[in-house]
This record gives sequence, C-alpha cells and structure tokens, in this order.
Amino acid sequence: MKSSVIIFPGSNCDRDMDVALKKFGFKNQMVWHNDAKIPKSDLIVLPGGFSYGDYLRCGSIAGKSRIIKSVIDFANSGGLVLGICNGFQILTETGLLPGILQQNKYLNFICKNVFVKIKNKENKYFKKIKKEVLELHIAHNEGNYFCSNDELKSIEDNGQIAVTYCDHGGNEDEKNNPNGALKNIAGIFNKDKNILGMMPHPERMIDPFLSGEDGSLFFKNLIESL
Amino acid sequence: MKVRVIVTLKNGVLDPQGKAIQQTLNGMTFGNVSEVRQGKYFDIEINESDEIKAKLQVEEMCKKLLANLVIEDYKIL
Repeated sequence: MKSSVIIFPGSNCDRDMDVALKKFGFKNQMVWHNDAKIPKSDLIVLPGGFSYGDYLRCGSIAGKSRIIKSVIDFANSGGLVLGICNGFQILTETGLLPGILQQNKYLNFICKNVFVKIKNKENKYFKKIKKEVLELHIAHNEGNYFCSNDELKSIEDNGQIAVTYCDHGGNEDEKNNPNGALKNIAGIFNKDKNILGMMPHPERMIDPFLSGEDGSLFFKNLIESL
Repeated sequence: MKVRVIVTLKNGVLDPQGKAIQQTLNGMTFGNVSEVRQGKYFDIEINESDEIKAKLQVEEMCKKLLANLVIEDYKIL
C-alpha cells in the first residue's frame, strides 16, 4: 500500500507520520506542497504542525497551496485522505470537511494524553479496531471544533462524527472536553467517510516504551482495511 | 487604490480573546465594559482604478480567503 505525506512550510509531524506509516507496512513518500501532482497513492496524509506559521487562520494558507488541487481531486474520486491536527484544520479550510477549528476555549495550548471514543466503525479508518476508547495524544491551540446548527444536524444524521473526547470509560462529558469542542468532537468524516480529520495524533502512540500503543491499532487497521 | 476589509466573528460565535480582554478591562478602571469582540482588518492595495471593480474583486478575496464564513463576517470599507 502506498501513502503520501504532504509537507508544508511549518509542518512538524510529517516525519513522525512517515515513521508510523512505514512501521505498519505502508510504502510512504514525502510530497512537497509546491509540487503539482501527488504520486500514485492509496492514502494521502496532511500532517500536524503549523503550516505557514498559522498565519491568517490555521490551515488557511496551506488550503490554497499548489498541491491542494490534487488532494481535492483525489478525495473527490474517493481516495482516502487523513488530516491530523493542522491537517484537520487544512481539510476544513479547503471545504473538504465541514466546520472549523477555533482557538481553545480557555486560550491555552494543550499538550497531553486524552481518551477518545470511536463513534462510527463503518469506515476504513476504524473498521477492525476492537476497542471502543483509544488513548491518544493532543497538542494544539486551535482544536475547538465549531459548526452551524444545520451543519451539526447534518453531520450527526450522516454518522460523520468519528471520535469524541471522553474519559477512559467512554463518558463524553464536559469535564473531559479539553478545548470546548462542540459535542466533544475530536474528529469528523466527510459524508462518504473517505476523508477523516482529527485533532489527536495516532502517530505519537505507536511505541509501548515511549507512549502507548493505541495509535498502532489505528495504523494496523488502516493498512488491513485498504 | 486602497481597500480596507474588516473581519469580525459572527454574533453568537464564542470569542475567548474578546472575553479575556473584557475581563481585563473590567479589572482595570473600566468596570462598565460589558462586551469586547476582537477582529482584524486588512489594507489591500490593488492596481485597479475602477472602485466598483476593485471592491468586487476584494469581495471574492473575502469569500475565498480572508474570512471563513462559518464563523466570520466581513465588511469592505
């Protein structure tokens, strides 16, 4: 299986993602944002970081970069596109995913492990993961998911909520909402579930000695589902 | 010509920075400040002498890049 990780000026999780993808069997290639075309891929990843210094709005400048047209074409033809953290922000700015990631409710940069509940397994990203709750890492200043009431209704009706913040037992209450996100939303799909954007970083949880292994479950499932 | 654009958060959208500024003002000597909404402005120098054409172009810029219409409104001055 072939994957491509797009590097923008200011991306900083691109190499972690490269390591994670290769560890679980992907043939990964790095693609520069100013390239016109993406090499043949089964999966495109927009990594975390601070593309273009978060100027204007997080992800807004990257959302207009040269490579993005190919990403949009790939996504619209059904290809799998995964955006983590800044990648999620870029996906909302391109319009591939609804809503926007606003500044965290309490104005703090949050860097810690969190638990997220998998809300929909009828997709390639979570299909064969047996657990219901994953422990992953977040590190962001703008992760406060927001959308209009109409959009929220449509997201809920179409099963587009992918993961929500919760405690280790899966309780999705306000206490376990780190950034003020609407309905504790940590990640969403597009309608067809081939595009996933989420704030937590699975690529940071692939080593039992350094972190945890719930990210491993994510990548193992992904390569098996493709 | 120069066109100025002001981008603000829509009514009802949480503005934590505005809230923090308001609380700070209240803690200073400005106890009567009941709300602060923070926004941003852009001064755009555009090589176009026709004001209507220039403003139409700036409107496109607002919709496509300068503002995110999910949470923001824009005003062209």
